[in-house]
Amino acid sequence: MTTTENPTRRITTAKAMAEAIGLEMQADPNVFVMGEDVGAYGGIFGSTTDLFAEFGADRVIDTPISETGFIGAGIGAAVEGLRPVVELMFVDFYGVCMDQISNHMAKIHYESGGAVKVPMVLMAATGGGYSDAAQHSQCLWGTFAHLPGMKVVVPSNPYDAKGLMASAIQDDNPVIYLFHKGAQGLVWMEKNPRSIADVPEEAFTVPIGEAAIAREGSDVSIVTLSLSVQHSLDVAEQLEGEGISVEVVDLRSLVPLDRQTVLESVAKTGKLLVVDEDYKSFGLSGEIAAVVAETDPTMLTKPVSRLAVPDVPIPYARTLEYAILPTREKIAAAVKDLMA
Amino acid sequence: MTSLDRLAMYTEMVRIRQYETRILQEYHGDKTPAWDIGAGLIPGEMHLSAGQEPAAVGVCAHLKKGDAITAPHRPHHFALAHGVDMNAMTAEIYGRTTGLCKGKGGHMHLFDPENHFSCSGIIAQGYPVACGQALAMKRKGTDNVTVAVAGEGAANQGAFHESLNLAAVWNLPVIFVIEDNDWAISVPREASTANTSNADRAAGYGIPGVRVEDNDVEAVFEAAGAAVDRARSGEGPSLIEVHTLRLLGHFEGDAQAYRPDLETVDERDPIPRYAASLMEAGELTEAQADDIKAAADAEVDAAIQFAVDSPIPTPEDALQHVFA
Repeated sequence: MTTTENPTRRITTAKAMAEAIGLEMQADPNVFVMGEDVGAYGGIFGSTTDLFAEFGADRVIDTPISETGFIGAGIGAAVEGLRPVVELMFVDFYGVCMDQISNHMAKIHYESGGAVKVPMVLMAATGGGYSDAAQHSQCLWGTFAHLPGMKVVVPSNPYDAKGLMASAIQDDNPVIYLFHKGAQGLVWMEKNPRSIADVPEEAFTVPIGEAAIAREGSDVSIVTLSLSVQHSLDVAEQLEGEGISVEVVDLRSLVPLDRQTVLESVAKTGKLLVVDEDYKSFGLSGEIAAVVAETDPTMLTKPVSRLAVPDVPIPYARTLEYAILPTREKIAAAVKDLMA
Repeated sequence: MTSLDRLAMYTEMVRIRQYETRILQEYHGDKTPAWDIGAGLIPGEMHLSAGQEPAAVGVCAHLKKGDAITAPHRPHHFALAHGVDMNAMTAEIYGRTTGLCKGKGGHMHLFDPENHFSCSGIIAQGYPVACGQALAMKRKGTDNVTVAVAGEGAANQGAFHESLNLAAVWNLPVIFVIEDNDWAISVPREASTANTSNADRAAGYGIPGVRVEDNDVEAVFEAAGAAVDRARSGEGPSLIEVHTLRLLGHFEGDAQAYRPDLETVDERDPIPRYAASLMEAGELTEAQADDIKAAADAEVDAAIQFAVDSPIPTPEDALQHVFA
């Protein structure tokens, strides 16, 4: 659907991210990008596609492989009033730079009693499914969300990827922006069709902290995020034919968490399945269960069901990896268990 | 360097020393007889910089409005020498709402955006932030510079090396300052660092490195002047290591049983030494020295009084300022 006044076209999630960054760079000279291979390469996962050609090396800056150095530099630039968009190539690399992220980026505003702002976006690729194994396949959004002081956004589709990126750049707080490699629409990964969609050409925002009802339903609520939203929508379509009406809640951000939308959905369906590609214990799936338990556990007609990575590192061999990922088959089976 | 420069540096060193001497008294004053680090008007760890004044004063003499400093856990000397308001800083150390950070930061986490001053309590992690501030200054087209400070123990951290490389490859206006006070808490320098001079490490990144011996404020002034000029004129970063002196423990409560040089620390104190040298040169009289000390004490008295008279945060304040 395209009109001359509000044109849209089908683009990938990766392109949508890059487009949002480019529009913000056009609007605000304080916005710039840095990270490993964000320049001529365009980001290993396409998040900075074509930005180098448009803005040049002065505003799309390739960094040394030095994550503590350049994430810290992003923080320093942000406290001086710039708006850096910094890419940590794989979220798994957090281990070499977590002090800058947690002890500096996320704490400076609070430590300073509100005197210093850190308007910075730290984007990173997450997720598995393509045999990249234990050090290149994690999601880890629960880890960042657990630590106070940073917003955490996790888009599942091209439209939200563009709108959330614009919001993240405009936000005066540090925002962790986690995009799933399998939802980027990359030509060199498994094709998940929902990773290419209509997106307006113009600039727009999606507010941070508002979940979306990705699909309405009445029997079971799936609360999920990122690539698992795409899988859950596939499952919901399939189960509709079997007479099961599935509602899919796309959280879109963990911090702030839209508890109200979760509660309204569960109040309607009485059944909750949390699908999370992050580790199961001490994380998002337990948090969602707690939101319901702390509010009114009697709204549940069945115990909460959680489908998440069962507390093992992500294995390499395809059979092993798919044994622990929340696949469409496992999501469908979990929904049917709740309906039994 | 003029006699006015020398007198100003002496005055600033005395001002810092009188401040910390008073903080030391106040800190311990209400923690006895059963010493409890969390008790009293000034709770928590206290890392004093007495003896290290030459590094801060010699460097900050070259700084101007808009220049930034990232300081480590031992920040008072650089904060005061850089113009951070003594009242607001003291109120922060006392955990009051009038403090720089409304009582949320404390003495290791002083933030003063007006003076582009910040601290990090994590060793060497202020260096990368300093690179980013310098990047911002460069992008804005100013001739401002950033000074990144940490102790010699920090020079073995990855963040130090990443920052030197980043500043060098991006030609950033940063002056990296290492305060070598011989001790990383209780570990002597020779047990932690193979190289006898951290200034030599600058060569590994293709930038100038200078080591200043003897805790001499005038030598620091000369070295810092060259480094600041270089940074301001777009020629990139420099590294200065100052061999300085920790007169007190790593933190208050540190009995320093590990330290064999305690008997000689007083004779190595840089402030009486500098006073004697200025007097010998006819640039300072006993009467002037007394006046300088008295003026410092009066300012410190007022700052302590301001802090003590300031409101204590309410419990509800703990939930504020997570997000802007």
